[in-house]
Amino acid sequence: MNDPMTPSPFRVERVRKELSDTFTLDLVPADGKRDFPFLPGQFNMLYAFGVGEVPISISGDPSKPDTIVHTTRVVGAVTRAMRNLGVGHTIGVRGPYGTAWPVEEMQGADVVIVTGGIGLAPLRPAIYSILENRSAFGNVSILYGARTPEDILYRKELEKWRGMFDMQVDVTVDYATGRWAGKVGVVTKLIQRGGFHPQDSIALICGPEIMMKFAVQALQDRGVTDDRIYVSMERNMKCGIGFCGHCQLGGDFVCRDGPVFRFDTLADKFAISEL
Amino acid sequence: MVQDIGLDKLIREHPFFEGMDDDDMEFIAGCAANERFDPGQYVFREGQPADKFYVVRHGSVALEVRTPGRDPIILQTCDEGDVMGWSWLVPPFRWKWDARATTLTRLVSFDAICLRGKLDAEPRLGYAMYKRFVRVIAERLGHARLQMLDLWGVSNGTPGSDKIDA
Amino acid sequence: MTANKSEALGTFVIAPSELGSLISALREDGYEVIGPKLADGAIVHEPLESADDLPVGYDDEQEGGTYRVAKNGANTYFDYVVGPHSWKRYLFPPDQQLCQMRRQGKTFRLIETKQEIPRYAFFGVRSCDLHAMQVQDKVFDNGEFADPGYMERRKAAFVVVVNCLRPAATCFCASMDTGPRATGGYDLALTELASKGRHEFLVEVGSSRGEEIFAKVSGRPATEADQSAPETASAKAANAMKREMVPDVQALLKRNLEHRRWDDVAKRCLTCANCTLVCPTCFCTTVEDYTDLTGSTAERRRRWDSCFTMDFSYVHGGSVRRETYARYRQWMTHKLSSWFDQFDVSGCVGCGRCITWCPVGIDITEEARAIRDSEGSR
Repeated sequence: MNDPMTPSPFRVERVRKELSDTFTLDLVPADGKRDFPFLPGQFNMLYAFGVGEVPISISGDPSKPDTIVHTTRVVGAVTRAMRNLGVGHTIGVRGPYGTAWPVEEMQGADVVIVTGGIGLAPLRPAIYSILENRSAFGNVSILYGARTPEDILYRKELEKWRGMFDMQVDVTVDYATGRWAGKVGVVTKLIQRGGFHPQDSIALICGPEIMMKFAVQALQDRGVTDDRIYVSMERNMKCGIGFCGHCQLGGDFVCRDGPVFRFDTLADKFAISEL
Repeated sequence: MVQDIGLDKLIREHPFFEGMDDDDMEFIAGCAANERFDPGQYVFREGQPADKFYVVRHGSVALEVRTPGRDPIILQTCDEGDVMGWSWLVPPFRWKWDARATTLTRLVSFDAICLRGKLDAEPRLGYAMYKRFVRVIAERLGHARLQMLDLWGVSNGTPGSDKIDA
Repeated sequence: MTANKSEALGTFVIAPSELGSLISALREDGYEVIGPKLADGAIVHEPLESADDLPVGYDDEQEGGTYRVAKNGANTYFDYVVGPHSWKRYLFPPDQQLCQMRRQGKTFRLIETKQEIPRYAFFGVRSCDLHAMQVQDKVFDNGEFADPGYMERRKAAFVVVVNCLRPAATCFCASMDTGPRATGGYDLALTELASKGRHEFLVEVGSSRGEEIFAKVSGRPATEADQSAPETASAKAANAMKREMVPDVQALLKRNLEHRRWDDVAKRCLTCANCTLVCPTCFCTTVEDYTDLTGSTAERRRRWDSCFTMDFSYVHGGSVRRETYARYRQWMTHKLSSWFDQFDVSGCVGCGRCITWCPVGIDITEEARAIRDSEGSR
């Protein structure tokens, strides 16, 4: 029996600096070519030699499973060690784990993606999947917020998507100086003003919990029902497979029952502090 | 005041005036004018008398503060569908910030001097207008509080980022 | 591992001296026999070489925050009940190597290590603890993932049950439907028959593996009267139980996640994690990573962790459960309520260890009752 706690070695193929504290790694299996199929919204446990392991969402294109792409922000010792990796270095990978964005179920509906900061990374595979099969979906809007213009992730891609005729991309920042020609204000305002039809829409939200809380409220105020809102949750994880107990949220293991939850299954727990 | 053709219709379509009764609408339209601003042009400046308010039809206006030795800080932008300005309701009726068009911007402006007199004389209309402005002010305050909370500061993303300061 | 309910493959009566033959038979078959031993004033689970290692004539006195082992002058083997150890420390070791890796320049690779799977014979397993093993079986094979080390140790383990004849004051297995008598899932089950000058053991054979081992022990077939002894004795023990869990506790706690009692218990709880360490079902772990001094070899180790620590729920920026009330609530609602959502079974087996080993004597049954009673008075 293979121990599911043992990381597989992967080779770093490419490193990209995204923002001052955020970088992207492209990984391929160290033991030769083999596909790594995953669903949008799933994550991997990434292991830095001797330092530790952290859960990181997959942010690449699900239709290109020969390379795994991870965008990561430096917040601790493990991610700091990962930032110091270069092409040819080995990194440990376990996964993919967890639930996915409901890309199949969204077909025929309008899609509203609400995110901000690095929260766009776990949603990018869903955006790729939608674009891959664009005609299967109704209106698609991406409502993206960041603290400052310097914190906008995947800016070139957001600009490219905005340039498409069949995609609405709205970006706002909380703080800016006169050099910024875009919107200044909170991401919830984009929901309040957004040109989507609430009854026809399915909303996907990813960001810090406090941002998701207000985004859900704004969507509810617009008339989007809880069973059409999906959120991606974050908790401490040591295993990713339901053994370590750290990620529990009530009866749910965020690693196995999440990270993507339909909001109506989570609403009660969301309301209780320190659960 | 120049009454543009179709201005009445433009105003009616703006979400701020949604559901307003016809007589009130007609009076308010009587105080309205179309205005157009090029990128970089100021709609109003800090300290000037606040003798108007605006609804944004198209484009974007940055409300900003000038600070010595650095770029102006934008507090918020007023975009399509927004109402801009409530200093006309609050003594001493002066603008608190600069308002600068960041793109080609089309606004409808409302003459506050005319409106203030009318609202004082007709408390029913005054109440109807205040109800609409209280919503705008509450929304602004809500947004300002969220900005203060710094939604992006504490933690970023789901498994999208490293959770454990291991 | 044997099925939960097994048809008895025979019932026999043996003399106390035959316990030694049973231990020898297990050892000869290659099992490492682990059983009750007296050490540092407590009954613990340690390797046994012979029946001489068993503590004869000992009783235990247990209460909230109290544990005393005392000689009772009898010649009986199993008058005490559960001590601080549960069997999980053998099936699910407190500290375990997961893997080792070696660095070669920019790259690293796994070092193949072969871990021997020990063949344990657990001697003197109480019914609550047997249920706890079955609870952990569900944890470590969740349908999608399985912990191979646990599964192999568990599969190899031989289980000799001892039915409890008396409860400790902290026991509440009867109300959890997990004892005092084991009804299946064992290889052999012993009931000590000691009254009116008689001293024998009734042996119920629960598996073919149990049958093979028992063939090396001398005994006689049990009479009908002998056969009713475990039931009678366990009914007596159940009646003597002072504590019980309130009924429908799963739903009770689910609707009381916000309750002033959590603040009350938080004033007493020291968040010392004793309850989670003695609990036979608690399974939370952390993973620790190291390198040797040269940085060329790395090791990953899995260690028992506790939801009572501040780090447990740490997400960069801070811990989710910063307050004591939230950590106690997490532990208690997990045991008694959310465990059902996860594994379709209670996470509490009523062994009472968390009550005994809590330094301030917090009683899980009392906490549940307080919440129940507050509903009644509402």
